Formats: sequence, C-alpha cells, structure tokens
Amino acid sequence: MEKIRWAPHIHSKETISTIMLSVIIALIPAGIVSVYFFGFYALKIIIVSITSCVLSEILAQFVFRKKIKIYDLSAIVTGILFAFVLPPKIPLFMVALGGFLSIFLVKELFGGIGFNIFNPALAGRAILLASFPVEMTEFYPPFYYKIDGITCATPLVIIKEKMSLSLPTLYQMFIGQRAGCLGETSVLCLLIGATFLLLRRIISWHIPISYILTVALLSFIFKQNILFHILAGGLILGAFFMATDYVTSPLTNKGKIIFGIGCGLITFLIRMKGGYPEGVCYAILFMNILTPLIDKYSLPRKFGGKR
Amino acid sequence: MFKGGVHLKDFKEISKNENIEGFPYPKKVVIPLSQHTGLPAKPVVKKGDIVSEGQVIGEANGFISSFIHSSISGKITGIENCLLPSGKKSLSVIIENNGEIKKNSPIYRDWLNLKPEEIINIVREAGIVGMGGAAFPTAVKLSIPPGKKAEIVLLNGCECEPYLTCDYRVLKESTFDVVEGLEIICKTVSVNKACIGIEKNKIDLLPLLKKSFENIKTDLKIDVKVLPEKYPQGSEKHLIKSITKREVPSGGLPIDVGCIVFNIQTALAIKKAVCEGQPLIERVLTVSGFIEKPKNLRVKIGTLISEILEYCTGKIENGKKCIIGGPMMGINIIDKELPVMKGTSGILILPEEKLTQTYQPCIRCGKCIEVCPMRIVPAEISRYAEVENWKVCNQLNVGDCIECGCCSYICPAKRPLVEWFKWAKAEIKKQIASG
Repeated sequence: MEKIRWAPHIHSKETISTIMLSVIIALIPAGIVSVYFFGFYALKIIIVSITSCVLSEILAQFVFRKKIKIYDLSAIVTGILFAFVLPPKIPLFMVALGGFLSIFLVKELFGGIGFNIFNPALAGRAILLASFPVEMTEFYPPFYYKIDGITCATPLVIIKEKMSLSLPTLYQMFIGQRAGCLGETSVLCLLIGATFLLLRRIISWHIPISYILTVALLSFIFKQNILFHILAGGLILGAFFMATDYVTSPLTNKGKIIFGIGCGLITFLIRMKGGYPEGVCYAILFMNILTPLIDKYSLPRKFGGKR
Repeated sequence: MFKGGVHLKDFKEISKNENIEGFPYPKKVVIPLSQHTGLPAKPVVKKGDIVSEGQVIGEANGFISSFIHSSISGKITGIENCLLPSGKKSLSVIIENNGEIKKNSPIYRDWLNLKPEEIINIVREAGIVGMGGAAFPTAVKLSIPPGKKAEIVLLNGCECEPYLTCDYRVLKESTFDVVEGLEIICKTVSVNKACIGIEKNKIDLLPLLKKSFENIKTDLKIDVKVLPEKYPQGSEKHLIKSITKREVPSGGLPIDVGCIVFNIQTALAIKKAVCEGQPLIERVLTVSGFIEKPKNLRVKIGTLISEILEYCTGKIENGKKCIIGGPMMGINIIDKELPVMKGTSGILILPEEKLTQTYQPCIRCGKCIEVCPMRIVPAEISRYAEVENWKVCNQLNVGDCIECGCCSYICPAKRPLVEWFKWAKAEIKKQIASG
C-alpha cells in the first residue's frame, strides 16, 4: 500500500549520523597527536571509552525497550570526547565506568539523544573527578612513557599553586607539548578540527568565539597573560567541541552568545578564585543548567512582530 | 532581503526551454465548485444540461467566493462530491466532451475607458483567483478596504519552488500581455508604481520586460527587481520584504503596508478577461521531474491528472511519487483521477526518499530556526506539537507559520515539522471556534 507523503518532498542530505561523523573526523587530528605525546596507552583509553559508551547505549536502549539507535554515532562522539578529558594514565576500569555513567546515567536516563540536560562527556568527567580525585589529577609530561614517567603538573596547576617549575613555552602549548588531559593539549589540531566543523556549518562561531573572547578580555582586565589563558587547560576543546553540543546549548544565536559569555565568566572565576585549577568543565556544566532559561528569553523577534 | 530561507537546487533546466504547448481538449473534465478561498460557488446547471466552453456553471456565493465556468463544451453527466488533491471533498460538475467546440464570441474592450468598479466586476465574473496556489478571489484583492491605501503593486515572478517553470514561460512568451495586465491592475487600484520581482535564474527576462515597458499607456512606472535565488522568495510576505523592506505585521495583510501582490498568470488572466472577455478556464502548468517528456502545458481547468501524465508518457514506477504543485509545498497524490484546479502549478514525478521514513528526536541543532523565514522556533514548537500541547504551540506563534517547509527540509533528524504545525494550526482553529 502506497503511503501519502507530506510536504516538503525533498530534504537535505544531512542527518544526525552525518553530523556526528563530521565531529568524529574533526576529532581525529587531536586524537592522533595525543597518542603521539602520551603513547599507546592513550589509544587504549580512547578505545575503551568508545566501547564502553557504545555498549552502555545498547544496554540502555535494550533495558528501556527502545529502538537500538547506535547508527546515529552519537555514542562514539561521546566516547571520544570523554576520553579526551581524562588524564593520560588513568586506570582503564575507571574509563569504562565513566563511559557507562556518561551514557547510561547522564544521557539515557534523561531520555536519550536530544533530551539530556548535561553534556554527557563532561558530566562523566565530573563524576569521576569526585569519585577518584587522585587518579583524575595525576598528569604526566609528554613522552613520559619514554623517560620512565614521573608525574608533572599542568600549566594551570603551576600557576595556581605558584610552583617554581618552569612553564612550557606558548609554542609548546600551541602544538600540545605539555601536561594535560589527552585531547585538550594540542590547540593546533583542535583548531584544524574546529575549522572543518565551522566550514561544514556543523557548529556556528557564536559559542566558541564569545567564550574565548570573554576569557581573553577578563585575562586582560586582571592583568593575566591572555595567550596563556587561551592555550592552557581545556578551553579550546571545551569552547569548540563541548560547549557547542547541540542538545545542551541554546537554540538561537543570541542565546549562544549569552551562553558563551557565561561559560567564559565562570571558567575565569574558577581559574582565579576556585579550588580547582581549571574551570572549563564546571563552567559548561553550569551553563548547561541555564540553557532552558536562556532559550526562553532569547527567542527571535518573529517576522512582522513588534520591534 | 529577508532572513532565513534555504538554497535549493532548482532543477528548472528540465523544463525551462519547453515552449508552452496547448493540451488537447480532454475527454472529460471534473470542475470543483470550491477551487478558491472562501465559500464554494453555487451550481447553476443540472445533470443532463449541454454547456458551451466558457459558460458559467457556478455563481459566486457571497463576497469572498468566485464564479466557475465550464472549460469545454459538452454534456453534464453529474454533479457529485469529488476528491480534490488537498484530500478534501468538493461538489464538482462533471462534463463529458461532446466533440463540439462551442465558444462565446470574445468581447473586445478598451480598458482605458473602464471605471475601476467595472474592471472589478469583470474580474469577478471571469472567476479569477490568485493562481500562485492560495487561490484568493482576485476581485476581493482589487477592492481596497476603506481606510487603507495601496502604494505599490508587486508582480510575483519569483517562482522559487524547484522544477516549476510555468510562470517563467508565461512571462517569456506573453510578456506584453502580462505587463498590460499589471497596468490594468494598477489603474484599478489607482497606483502608479509597480515592481516585478524575479529570481536571478530568470535574468534573461530582463530585456524582454524592459522592452515591453515602452508600450505602457498610463503614467505607471514599473521597476524590475532581480532577487537572489532563495526559497521562499516567492512567498508574498517575503517578496514584499525583499522589494520594499516592509514587514507585513503578524496576522495582517499586504495592504497594511501599502502593497498588493499578484501572480504572473493572474495578471495574464486579468488582461484576457478585461480585453477579450475570456473567463478563467485554463492555466499553464509544468509537468516535470522523472518523466520522459517534461512540458509546460496550457491545460483546461478540470482536466484529470491521469490524462496529462499519459500525454507526457509519465509512468509512476516503484519508488517514485506524484506531486501536485512544487516539491516544497505540493501535495503527494496516489489517486490520479483528480482534476487540475485554478491554483495547480505543476505535476511532478519525484523519487521516494528513504531518509524520511522514520524520524529521530530533536537534537536541538537550531538549523530550523536559522532557516525559518518567519523567525519562529520550529524546534521548540515541534516538541509541544509532538505531545499535542496546542496551547504552548499557540504561545510559540505556530499561527505565523507559512508552511514553506524550510524547517522540515533542513532538519537532520528528518522530523515532519510542517506536518505537525499544520495539524497544530487546525487544532487551535478548532479550539478558538468552539470558544
């Protein structure tokens, strides 16, 4: 029996899967560099994270009697992003547990794709940080696996604790030769991926630019090194890949700018005054909560509506 | 320029260079008495009557209604409720061709000597309605309500829907007549400024139009505006915005900002009615898409779509669908025994899309908001429409939706947004009607 189709009768080729595939492609350069700097174990973390996320999604959809929708690739994106915000020598069982919590608790229990309030990868990281504070804050220098690794502080920790250690140069920070989470260090590779997403119009400039500019402006006002604050921590990864998560960020361009500015303010506040050296993760999670509110007050003026 | 909209591949090259071809007299026509906005016409003939081409078979029933004429000469074999492409039913006059061609002799008139009321009356009795799709009675449009004033008349030559080329062909082949029609309109509403809006892909019409302006008999000043190709450029509100930078207020009419907009074929029909006394009994439509012989055809109103498809050797294979109108706003039909109406602009054969057979939850990507030319928030409305919360849909301005389909087109989750919004609008209307 033929079924009547409703207008429109033509559609764009873009689907959720193609969008997610683009994000995966955009993350590949940063992934390769993290394996280069942090060794084969980094690859293990990424693979365990992806596997855990995908399996958790299948499990959740099976338990909740929903259609299995792994092919939308969103669990793989969460898996990669989650691995990217983990330190380079974290035990693998923690990775698996975190992946499970990200997907099952943060995403699927809230209704699955499109309904989660928090960014799954960041919320997963926040839970792990609270549960395993030691393992989650043990960082290693690049190539630690060659030089019989000793732990090493991240640039933001050095600043925060006023350590006498020398900071990496801005160039080293740009290419990613510094201590930090797996995927956050190489700003260069992240920017390559981000450019790809911007050109493909998967993400818009509104959140990342307003986010980074806010941090830069605050660094300037409070007499901090602007470039250091942009390159350090997870700002670039957070601004381009986490804060731009469709589901947990505002819908309109106006709302996105408000969201970006809010993220910038909180990130800088935590970096300067907070108990943690880095604030990107909590800044984005906090702004995630405000997203419905921002949406409510940033609706566009409708065509022919009052000015 | 208006905000939003989508860039579509226009597929106009398929039928763009096909001259308008007269479709032979059909064996049978089904002429619905409700082809227009407003009340259906009252039938003034009965079963068994012999009618001639152009004879009135339905009279306007009230102010917002229209006259209906027989498009062929023949015998009325029935007045029955028939299905329309929209899925609604309407009382329709079925006429079987008796092989004779009996026409009323044309009435030649010099419109320069006619008063506006006389012109409006001629247009009304010729059964002219907007031929762009909405089919609003043209005589009503020409009667400016007291207290309002028209400043500019716009002629809509955008034809922004992909595949459709009928307006383009009409404008190309009957440039002088269309421009004269525009002149008659301007005289009727006493305006001396007009603008023809065309999309950039029809730029070859520019010299033709410029040349035809030499024939203008009144003090009318016509401008041609070449607009970028962007769907829905041909939407009345967005054409006005692009040309005059004015925004028709929400819930308002173009006349509220001093504009009146006419379709190309409507202008031509007005010219033919006023100068030659010809009622609206035929129109030009495009047959295109995946079809052996794409054509622009001049077809009698009431001709069955099956007969036209046969003429263009269009078989509908498995995996193809038949669309009446354009691909963005047209209607998918399965039963091909449906009539061509005054607002039918095309018959298309398009491939079925696998992608859209299921839809996913909204991932809030915001693309629908970016493309919405009315700047409402489809993503948000759809979540409430999905759970039938019409009240919130209404608060989120679903009533402003023009059903252009941009949001559904762009949605990566392939959600049937427009379908839901149509439903929401109907439900809200029902609730308002019941208090």
